[in-house]
Amino acid sequence: MKNKDIIKYLFSFILLLGAGNHVLSRTIYAGAGQSYPTIKSAIDACEPGDTLVITEGLYKEGNLIIDKPVFITGRGMPVLDGEKKYEVISVKSSNVTIKGLHIRNSGQGTLDDPGGIKVYDAVNVIIEDNELRDNFFGIYIQYGKNCIIRNNIIKASQKEEYRSGNGIHCWKSDSLQITGNRIEGHRDGIYFEFVTHSVIWRNISWYNLRYGLHFMFSNDDAYISNYFKNNGAGVAVMFTRRVVMMNNTFEENWGDAAYGALFKEISDCYLSGNKFIRNTTGLFLDGSSRIRMERNLFLTNGWGMRIQASCIDNIISANNFIANTFDVTTNGSLTLNKFDENYWDKYEGYDLDKNGIGDVPYRPLSLYSVIVEKNPPAMLLYRSFMTSLLDKSEKLLPSLTPENFVDNNPRMKPYTL
Amino acid sequence: MRKVLKYVSLDILKNNIVFAYAIMLALFSWSAFGLEDNASKGILTVLNIILLTVPLVSVLFATIYVYNSSEFIELLVSHPVKRGMIWKALFTGLSSSLALAYLLGAGIPILLFADFYTAVMMIVTGIFLSVIFVAIAFLSSILTRDKAKGIGISVLLWLYFSLLFDGLVLFLFFQFADYPIEKAVVVLSALSPVDLCRILILLHLDVSAMLGHTGAVFKNFFGTDWGLILSFTILTLWVVIPFAISLKKFKRKDL
Amino acid sequence: MIEVKGISKRFGKLQVLNNINLELQKGECIALVGPNGCGKTTLIKSILGMVLPDKGDIFFNRKNIQNDNEYRNHIGYMPQIGRYPENMTIGQVIDMIKNIRNGKHREDDDLFRQFEIESMLFKKMRTLSGGTTQKVSATLAFMFSPQVLILDEPTAGLDPLAAHILKEKISTARRNGCLILITSHLLTELEDMVSQVIFMQEGNVILHKNTADLKEMTGSETLATSVIELLKTIPQ
Repeated sequence: MKNKDIIKYLFSFILLLGAGNHVLSRTIYAGAGQSYPTIKSAIDACEPGDTLVITEGLYKEGNLIIDKPVFITGRGMPVLDGEKKYEVISVKSSNVTIKGLHIRNSGQGTLDDPGGIKVYDAVNVIIEDNELRDNFFGIYIQYGKNCIIRNNIIKASQKEEYRSGNGIHCWKSDSLQITGNRIEGHRDGIYFEFVTHSVIWRNISWYNLRYGLHFMFSNDDAYISNYFKNNGAGVAVMFTRRVVMMNNTFEENWGDAAYGALFKEISDCYLSGNKFIRNTTGLFLDGSSRIRMERNLFLTNGWGMRIQASCIDNIISANNFIANTFDVTTNGSLTLNKFDENYWDKYEGYDLDKNGIGDVPYRPLSLYSVIVEKNPPAMLLYRSFMTSLLDKSEKLLPSLTPENFVDNNPRMKPYTL
Repeated sequence: MRKVLKYVSLDILKNNIVFAYAIMLALFSWSAFGLEDNASKGILTVLNIILLTVPLVSVLFATIYVYNSSEFIELLVSHPVKRGMIWKALFTGLSSSLALAYLLGAGIPILLFADFYTAVMMIVTGIFLSVIFVAIAFLSSILTRDKAKGIGISVLLWLYFSLLFDGLVLFLFFQFADYPIEKAVVVLSALSPVDLCRILILLHLDVSAMLGHTGAVFKNFFGTDWGLILSFTILTLWVVIPFAISLKKFKRKDL
Repeated sequence: MIEVKGISKRFGKLQVLNNINLELQKGECIALVGPNGCGKTTLIKSILGMVLPDKGDIFFNRKNIQNDNEYRNHIGYMPQIGRYPENMTIGQVIDMIKNIRNGKHREDDDLFRQFEIESMLFKKMRTLSGGTTQKVSATLAFMFSPQVLILDEPTAGLDPLAAHILKEKISTARRNGCLILITSHLLTELEDMVSQVIFMQEGNVILHKNTADLKEMTGSETLATSVIELLKTIPQ
């Protein structure tokens, strides 16, 4: 039974080792009146796996580099000030947690993109419950993997785009979780470029200068239950495949080039349960294909949906279009997308067989929307008696609007979403 | 003037047409808001009432009333009453009773169903349209002694402002589609009170759409405080100028 | 009292009044005669300010009537065909005029009583016969004891009794020193009260003379015949 004993000893040794490791991990305090008055000295004193508690106070220590796996937490929201000169925290190690800090005034600069917290090439980094104010970039992740950014408040107040970085900027990363953050006043609220297998969940991104959320070349991601409001240009998803977008709200994105959401060159995406409310344009699709949209709500937008002629094979079904100035417009005469079983509040047909589906097809493209598309100033005449007359006659005898732009099974009653 | 106004008002109140008009407006508005499944569609129906019915009824009723008042005018002119006073009293009586009918008929449901700012704008522009078209009626009824001709002129003017003007503007849009005509269009819209009122309402009703593209030009113009002041000044001019011309002609008219 | 200085009026191509000059004195009773369409009514309406002359001025008590309306307080006017708001009752019309006239004058309700207007107060103007309308017009003209009475065909359409009442009333007014301007085709009716005659034709005043002078000139016994003589002498 010697063999068995060996295993037993080995097993208890491993246990001991583990316990020993735990015993060896220390908690280090930094701050005035603590054993380490500066954070820098405390970090230097840390061994991997230690906990560093930063106590309440104001710290102006320039750039702090975290190069070992430590758990950093603030007590009473200590303030780390970058004095507009330095990147405040640079994470250059995996397994780092940063929690409960107030980080402000990072340096500015477009060459090295300084951030409040910047993660370089690391795995399993957790950034949570921090407050980031007036940083160039808020949280910046490059080459990150399995990182979690959770419940942070990120706020900046620049007025010009070029003087402002993004709230949460992720580049060439994988398997990120961006959850429950509030981002305001940055250039883009959340920026994804070459980020895959990640989820963006329950964030609020509003009053940013450009996009609330900006997706580029980022495949296989999902963003769910986020709230985007009043961003300079709404949300943009570009050059991307296989993105799932669910239960998001896109609200009050106003202006000529502002969209609730802008889709450019994307494909194989799924949209459901999203709400587009009071945008100049709810959803703008350009060069996009094989997108399935169902159970979304388009409410009181100027244009519910603008679907360019370059879009093909999209399926738009079971959505509610309510009280938009124009439900749908397009710029071409050919339509290769399918509209089916949507609810259109402008539908005036009847339902004799009482199956909930109108007996005559609905043409969502109004003549006047085509006229305005070609001749924008004509918007000034909208809702005049003559234009309603034009629209009515076009509904009876379609001549200018594309023949196949039609919903053959319009719903009589809106879906309860 | 108060005495003359009293008799004019009494006479208009005795005239059931104003009551019928108020009730018709009320029926239309209540049913528009009641039958449509959302308030915004109801507002659109009511908007059409404001832009079409209000001017038409105002201009027709006022024209006919002025012609029918010829005896009244003749009777008063031989007595020590200023001519201008008679005309002003007629105008005040007619425009206030039509505005009141609009306010009671359409104003109440609008205020209840539409959002506050849209409602206020619709009520104010509706009242303006009532008064403007009464002024236009006064002008067309002073232009000719023949009642049928006068009514004809009134209806033509209504047709022009409600339909033909828009057609002309749309035609211009397409003729000059390649030029930046947004600013010119803003000026053009001041030439029709109906259009001006429609745009003022549109800025509230289709606020999202008006923030896009050329909408922004209009919004930046009409949506600002100065734009609003200017718009209402223009609307006031649309009341003052036709009426002033008619008043001047009336003072020189042989009875 | 009323001075007409060089007034002309043209309706389209028709010259209705052609440089008319007249002086109407207080206390006179003047018959304005002439063939149909000679401009009598236009002249009257000009004096009342209902028609605005193209040229010339009219003075009332030496005040230009242009841009004035107060002088009408002193005038009672009875139109040839009274036109009244159809929906109003007699009572309302009388009330309204009283109200507008402001009650500055002593109200004279002789005609009101004699024509028995009281019993018709609730009748609508549109239901009235021509004669009744004339009664209302006459009542209104005399109601405010005016200094000047302008009566356009006053007795036309009235029954003999009413015409008699009205004539009596005119005589009384004349005795009280009113200036009375009457147009009438029935000059016999006015024989005993008219003191001056103005004869108009095609917009011109042909003559303006005392009745005595006129009778002498035409060698006629009565006013009526002298006017007929006059009409004959005018080349047609």
